[in-house]
Amino acid sequence: MAELNELYQQVILDHNKKPRNFKRLETANREQEGYNPLCGDQITLYLEMDGDVIKDVGFQGSGCAISKASASMMTTVVKGKTKEEAEVMFDEFHRMVKGDLDAENEQNHLGRLKIFAGVCEFPARVKCASLSWHTLRAAIEQEGEGRGKSVTTEDEHRQD
Amino acid sequence: MKNFDVNRIREDFPILKEQVHGRPLIYLDNAATSQKPQVVIDAIKDYYVQQNANVHRGVHYLSQLATREYEDARVKIQRFINAAETHEVIYTRGATESINLVAQSYGRKFVHEGDEIMISALEHHSNIVPWQMLCDQYRAKLRVIPINDDGELLIEEFARMLNRRVKMVAVAHLSNALGTIIPIKRVIELAHSQDVPVLLDGAQAAPHLKVDVRDLDCDFYAFSGHKMCGPTGIGVLYGKSHWLESMPPVMGGGDMISSVTFEKTTYNSLPYRFEAGTPNIEGAIGLGVAVDYLNSVGLDRIAAYEHELLDYATEVIGAIPGVKIIGTAREKASVLSFTVDGIHPHDVGTILDQEGIAVRAGHHCAQPVMKRFDVPATARASLAFYNTKEEIDALAVGVQKAIEVFS
Repeated sequence: MAELNELYQQVILDHNKKPRNFKRLETANREQEGYNPLCGDQITLYLEMDGDVIKDVGFQGSGCAISKASASMMTTVVKGKTKEEAEVMFDEFHRMVKGDLDAENEQNHLGRLKIFAGVCEFPARVKCASLSWHTLRAAIEQEGEGRGKSVTTEDEHRQD
Repeated sequence: MKNFDVNRIREDFPILKEQVHGRPLIYLDNAATSQKPQVVIDAIKDYYVQQNANVHRGVHYLSQLATREYEDARVKIQRFINAAETHEVIYTRGATESINLVAQSYGRKFVHEGDEIMISALEHHSNIVPWQMLCDQYRAKLRVIPINDDGELLIEEFARMLNRRVKMVAVAHLSNALGTIIPIKRVIELAHSQDVPVLLDGAQAAPHLKVDVRDLDCDFYAFSGHKMCGPTGIGVLYGKSHWLESMPPVMGGGDMISSVTFEKTTYNSLPYRFEAGTPNIEGAIGLGVAVDYLNSVGLDRIAAYEHELLDYATEVIGAIPGVKIIGTAREKASVLSFTVDGIHPHDVGTILDQEGIAVRAGHHCAQPVMKRFDVPATARASLAFYNTKEEIDALAVGVQKAIEVFS
């Protein structure tokens, strides 16, 4: 049961219930859809990029508590970050939820995102936690402004 | 139910003694795959220990023994579904392959531009995608019979949609996502009145309802071994002789031919024409033993016991505040799909898993059904005859626990 409490911590439940930046962003110049075909989790991410800096971010969609809380917390931490900084966080977050990064003892920039470390004990939920991050990466990597081609968590297999 | 000793039956399934996260396993994911009784596990092992050889080949003792076991299993399956002829039973990898086989073989021969294929709004992806692929190939049109809010097929609508351009009606016998039993006899009568053949996806029905293909008068019946106490990788396509005789093979290779020269190949007779290559021999033998096992328990008794269990589960789970049951057809079997207010099915699934309870959380390979009910996913408890009321009680406690975690 300890693991379950680790997964569903109060902060995560709170972000699930009251997701931050859960809105369509009127000022967005990039829009990106992400989809987890295994469970149907779906997210639309709105980014306002100012050069290489993420000036503002919002999201909408439906999914489980883990995917929603992860998206919500992601939006709060990446605001104001550069493209490169966000890429580094993506990599660290991804490694942490897969159990390849010990966030407590290894150098990283994850801060309060460390709360998702417990996800690595639940392999079936790794994709839930990382969906919003895959979507963010696709959004910042897309060429120019506008709407990017939808990404899925299944693209992960090809990347690993 | 009287005279149904579920505890005695549970003894036949070694996996039911396993522990998960330190709790006794409560396996309620039978619509995904069933567990296997010891006799089936033993049959597969014995085959490799004592009988392994290729079939339909050698004159030697082992080959003849393996061939006999493999073909005996076909006869058992024939009797199980009451097919008229043994050669109407074709081994496949599962219901999915069976449906694809019909779509590609029957389709190549009989489907042309402007024709129509009818499926229902309840179908599993395996009874949607093969027909979509066929329709794309031949510019035919896929039409979908609608369902009502209880998850029941709209028969009158179906009758109106039927016409002479329809070349196949392909529907589930029992819905995997909602548990609806489709009134297939009526579907078949209506289709046949317009000379349209009917394929039934029996993947869910075969382990829960007694199937008599002659009484139903269906043209094709597809099912999988692994959902009915048999091994994975083996399934069956039943087809009426006259259809199968007129259909071209879709896969070429050994065993499906009578003679081969570089100029011309003559195909083998039924059922071998559709069974190219060395088959899943241990799978067929294991499925034959699974059929023996199901017969020994009795499909009628299984159906009656599971019906009682489903009624109990519907009452107990349905009574939990915030729980909504998806799929409320009058005629149902085995499946209880539900949502819990404010909690995503995956979170319900993860919390139940920690209690040792296995349910499916997701779209159940039936995304159009989820869309029809406007839910992204459901949690699904699917029952088998080795489940108990005590397990349903544990499920109810688990669901309440999920509600507490999220309160």
